[in-house]
Amino acid sequence: MRHIFKGLMTATALASMVATAAHADEPKKGGTLVTVLGSNVRNLNSAVQSGIVTGFPGAQLFASPLRYDENWDPQPYLAETWETSEDGLTVTLNLVKNAKFHDGTPLTSEDVAFSVEVIKANHPFKSMFAPVESVETPDAHTAVLKLSKPHPALMLAMSGQLMSIIPKHIYGDGEITDVKAHPRNNENVVGSGPFKLVEFKNGEHVILERFDDFFIDGRPYLDKIVMRIITDPAARAIAYENGELHMGAFESLPRIINRLKGVDSLTVTADGYGAIGPLDWLAMNTTKGPLADVRVRKAIAYAVDKNFIHKALMQGTASDSTTGIHPDSPFYAAQDGYDLDLEKSAALLDEAGFPVKDGSRMSLTIDFGWPGVKPQVEYVKAALKKVNIDVEVISSADFPTWAKKMGTGDFDMSWDTVFNWGDPVIGVHRTYDSSNIQKGVWSNTQGYSNARVDELMAMAAVETDDAKRKALYAEFQAIIADEVPVYHTNTLPYHTVYNTEKVGNPPIGIWGTSTPIDMTYLK
Amino acid sequence: MNFLQTLFVRVIYAIILLLAVLVLNFSMMHLAPGDVADTIAQANGGADAEVLEAIRAEYGLDQPFLVQLGRYIGNVLQLNLGYSFYYREPVTELILQRLPATLLLVFSAQILALIVGVLLGVISAQKPNGLTSHFVTFIALFGYSAPVFWTGILLLIGFSLQFQWFPVAGMRDVTIEGGFWIKAWDVLVHLILPMITLASVFLALYSRLTRATMLEQLRTDYVRTAYAKGMPHRTVVYQHALKNALSPVITLAGLQFSAVISGAVLVEAVFSWPGLGTLAFTSILARDTPTILGILFFSALVVIVGNLLTDLAQKLVDPRIGGKG
Repeated sequence: MRHIFKGLMTATALASMVATAAHADEPKKGGTLVTVLGSNVRNLNSAVQSGIVTGFPGAQLFASPLRYDENWDPQPYLAETWETSEDGLTVTLNLVKNAKFHDGTPLTSEDVAFSVEVIKANHPFKSMFAPVESVETPDAHTAVLKLSKPHPALMLAMSGQLMSIIPKHIYGDGEITDVKAHPRNNENVVGSGPFKLVEFKNGEHVILERFDDFFIDGRPYLDKIVMRIITDPAARAIAYENGELHMGAFESLPRIINRLKGVDSLTVTADGYGAIGPLDWLAMNTTKGPLADVRVRKAIAYAVDKNFIHKALMQGTASDSTTGIHPDSPFYAAQDGYDLDLEKSAALLDEAGFPVKDGSRMSLTIDFGWPGVKPQVEYVKAALKKVNIDVEVISSADFPTWAKKMGTGDFDMSWDTVFNWGDPVIGVHRTYDSSNIQKGVWSNTQGYSNARVDELMAMAAVETDDAKRKALYAEFQAIIADEVPVYHTNTLPYHTVYNTEKVGNPPIGIWGTSTPIDMTYLK
Repeated sequence: MNFLQTLFVRVIYAIILLLAVLVLNFSMMHLAPGDVADTIAQANGGADAEVLEAIRAEYGLDQPFLVQLGRYIGNVLQLNLGYSFYYREPVTELILQRLPATLLLVFSAQILALIVGVLLGVISAQKPNGLTSHFVTFIALFGYSAPVFWTGILLLIGFSLQFQWFPVAGMRDVTIEGGFWIKAWDVLVHLILPMITLASVFLALYSRLTRATMLEQLRTDYVRTAYAKGMPHRTVVYQHALKNALSPVITLAGLQFSAVISGAVLVEAVFSWPGLGTLAFTSILARDTPTILGILFFSALVVIVGNLLTDLAQKLVDPRIGGKG
């Protein structure tokens, strides 16, 4: 029998593979998995389109150099081995020799070099590959990434949906920047992932079938995946319950999660979203008005009862979040929260020069961008009333209206949800970096600026020693928790739902369903 | 000749109407803050500032309003509805893919509402103060006042979850293999709940109106004459009175056609019915101007055609109505 991974394998990789094999049932081959996407897909080509809806089909169609296990350890995928040079400026990927695209063409280092170029030019996350200056291809199965500075974030950026290797012979027929509008992004898509495209009908479904020449022997286990597009969460819930859907991910409504938890045939779990890293928070505009004073922001944090948010609003489905990094991330350093303390809050407000006059200290506004978080903002309004802060709730007609206000700093407070996207460099820095102030939605919309924070992020971005990097991020998290440009309340409670009797080995690593499900099977 | 003239005038009106729909909506959408670049960033889970700028430049959103409007109308006059910002597909193609599903839903719901509504109206008109009549009124008002998404979810809980008779969402089950009839049956099974949901709203209108006009007709001289001749009750009601009572109902059905289409938006959203409504809903949320305008264009067309069909139906039912339209 041919070995799945030839060559070197790290000890951790072996250990975790043994561990997975031990607790899993014997996988069965065949069958059609019926699963679901919660919104329409803009583009199946995950090299030019990010987001969780593209991530699921994208990671099945296209393979990436690495994949990650549930302990955040990199595992071989298209790269059977990889190494970073001593100075951190060269990353060498040794590709598997038998990888083929769905049209039968072998995958080579040329495709890797091309994909990096395409991603750099088109992918919305510029920070992923910004330090990559060139990709050398000494032979067909070696790709050498040359960096302008050490870039430890590259490891996570080479996994999940973030670095899809796309075929040069198909997408290389025009300008690099044209790839984002390439006709083959949605039709007749060719990748090297475990499944190939059968049919994509927007608004209806994405149908994938097993790629028989997939480079990992014996995989995938499933014959076919039907991804139905059902945008209404209540309809999805009924479809899980009556068995029409075997599995689904990214369910975030507490009421529906708790209802589905009560259904015998289903398993509902919050595991597996660490790298997606979705966080809910109360954003505060530090550039103007009373909120420019850190004491006022702290006073607000002390007056907003996180416990209430967790128990009453999230109904126990979310985890606590105290910093800008998701609690499942290895870089997370929990900070002391702001436990409800109205006296302290009032004292801070007095100290900041906002005494109670005619029953009110100040008037602020709070925005929100989508209907699901209305209870949160209404609660903030009620909570701040207790410390004599008048809050006016501003509801935006739709997402772009809200995004425009946020992106231009036209707000006092807002409820917001932001994703980590793997390494902090990709999804965390953008919120606190003083060079990224109010440059569109989900930039540093709070206008937060702290020289030490900038310095810590700059150092962490190039620190190749894991322990030192963690220490830098720990200090970073302590400062932002202390200065509260955003008040971190909870994780967005993404849950994966699957039929316990039918689905074996569902994807609950770190990337949600933005990961190949070649090991998932039907019982 | 008379008919052709009316048709010609109607076509001219239709073109003016369509242009007004486009210019007005284009302007209104432009007034709203934010644009499609934000929703593309949202679908991406965020985007760096330079990416946002690149998107705006690519779609010409950085150009002055009048330039954008002029460019768009210019394209439309050349029968080109443009490219969807969000899906990067030609708008016409996107819409034509979705149109059949919507037409199927809208027409079947409209027909169901008409048939059942008229029947209920006739039944309740015969004993206007009887128990059946009150029951019909209750059903009709219930359907009319309940929001469609609520009715939809209620039907789903009842008939997809408690009794698993009908599928939850979509228009077909792609895992089913088989010939034309098996697939047609599959679509029908998927159609029933959304069709009933959409029909429930309009059923009320039709049954109330039929009841009223039937009551009126049943009091007329010719009905009394018919009874006096010894004609059976059924023949009097269904062949004589109903025929005369139907005309206002059909006029109303024609007027309601646009309402049925807008009702379909919500029904499609609840049942993930892959029609224009779902597309409209997502495009509005995404601020995908070309697609929204394209849908409005097609909806206006459908309404115009629907009204024409109504007139034809009027003529069939009541030959006294001429080609005056």
